[in-house]
Amino acid sequence: MAGSGNSEVKLLGAWASPYVARARIALNLKEVQYEFLEEQFGTKSELLLKSNPIYKKIPVLIHDDKPICESLIIVQYIDEVWVSSGPALMPADAYDRALHRFWAVYIDDKFVPALFGMMRAPTEEAKAESKEQALASLQLLEEAFGKISKGKPFFGGDTIGYLDVALGAFVGWMKAFEEMNGFKLLDDAKTPLLCAWAENFCNNEVVGAVIPETAKLVELAKVMQARFKSAPPAN
Amino acid sequence: MVASAAVRLFGMWASPAVRRVEWALKLKGIEYEYIEEDLSNKSSSLLEFNPINKQVPVLVHNCNPIVESLVILEYIDETWKDNPILPVDPLERAKARFWATFVDVKCREESRKAFFMEGEEKEKAIENLQVQLKALDEELEGKKFFSGDHIGYTDLAVGWMTFWLGVAEEAAGFKANYDVKFPNFSRWIKDFLAEPVIKDNLPPREKTVEFFRAFKQLGSCTKVNQK
Repeated sequence: MAGSGNSEVKLLGAWASPYVARARIALNLKEVQYEFLEEQFGTKSELLLKSNPIYKKIPVLIHDDKPICESLIIVQYIDEVWVSSGPALMPADAYDRALHRFWAVYIDDKFVPALFGMMRAPTEEAKAESKEQALASLQLLEEAFGKISKGKPFFGGDTIGYLDVALGAFVGWMKAFEEMNGFKLLDDAKTPLLCAWAENFCNNEVVGAVIPETAKLVELAKVMQARFKSAPPAN
Repeated sequence: MVASAAVRLFGMWASPAVRRVEWALKLKGIEYEYIEEDLSNKSSSLLEFNPINKQVPVLVHNCNPIVESLVILEYIDETWKDNPILPVDPLERAKARFWATFVDVKCREESRKAFFMEGEEKEKAIENLQVQLKALDEELEGKKFFSGDHIGYTDLAVGWMTFWLGVAEEAAGFKANYDVKFPNFSRWIKDFLAEPVIKDNLPPREKTVEFFRAFKQLGSCTKVNQK
């Protein structure tokens, strides 16, 4: 157990959520002991509604009864609180930090909607558009990786950093979509750096424990797709 | 004070995201060179510094470009330590970031819909916006500014609502009625706009209303892509 002595840490989440995975990976990297409270798919607990009344979404980190919401904000919070435990997630240099933050926002704005857009798309045309956007985003991230990693295995350099967590939490779902759709999102020919990066990321012990098995995500995706077909997607 | 050549800001006069960065620079007493961009004819410098989304604001410091206004604010705070705009405590920082992204993603989305749409969709957006304003109003209970006694990161982030929301309302013919319904928020708007750094750094109102009217006519989304 590391960091703040008797402090109580809980995480409201769900096993399949990549946003929750971000928080779990960060907590694990910082060796923080926490209680994982699993939300049931399709319902929202009283505690969730009370802790996150604005968005009513997971993840929510509850530290000494104080809620922190939004996955990227949670990751920064974890990095700032458990500062003496494990390597820093944010780089030391202000400009490098700005790059990590910029690309994390880019991932949430452009990449993730395109990735899940492939599942939610009502038409083949919309699906193709999402696929194109997802691939284009990954191409930009490949270039960014080249510049930011400076030849090291991670965006954070020798160790996993904020941007690695931001993107890496989605690797499980990326593999699921690759399997379901029969094409590569990460491709040795087009995104060789990210391919190597994904392997290094998933090989990390604390990460491996969090990213769900591809087969389980594929199964869940099929259930969700059936739901989307019968009703409009709701958040 | 920093030499003016070291800090450059690419902006556009009507953009709230650009003003947000200027407010931060001025609060910190940082000298900078301002470059006005014609977004219908972007300069090669802008495209070179921000090839990803080709938008303003872009802050260039020692030839390094920083993009996304909230990212720029954090960069400014971490690089020039005088007059901090973010709190020190991690929980307070998390709250500040939470409200900033709430306003930038959720409030902006509903404002955009209220601005561009008509009929039922417009009404629904105004309703949603009012729910959001209520949350902001509650957050201000017992506080002069979101950041406490002085303006800080959260105020700078929410700041576009003190001026550009009113402009959007006038240009698109809707009212979110915050002056009637949300007393804390209305009071905060007045206090925020009275701050010297803010009141001396706003675009001319009539010209901005005209500009927004033209946008609505065009049905264009260029403005709404500025971050």
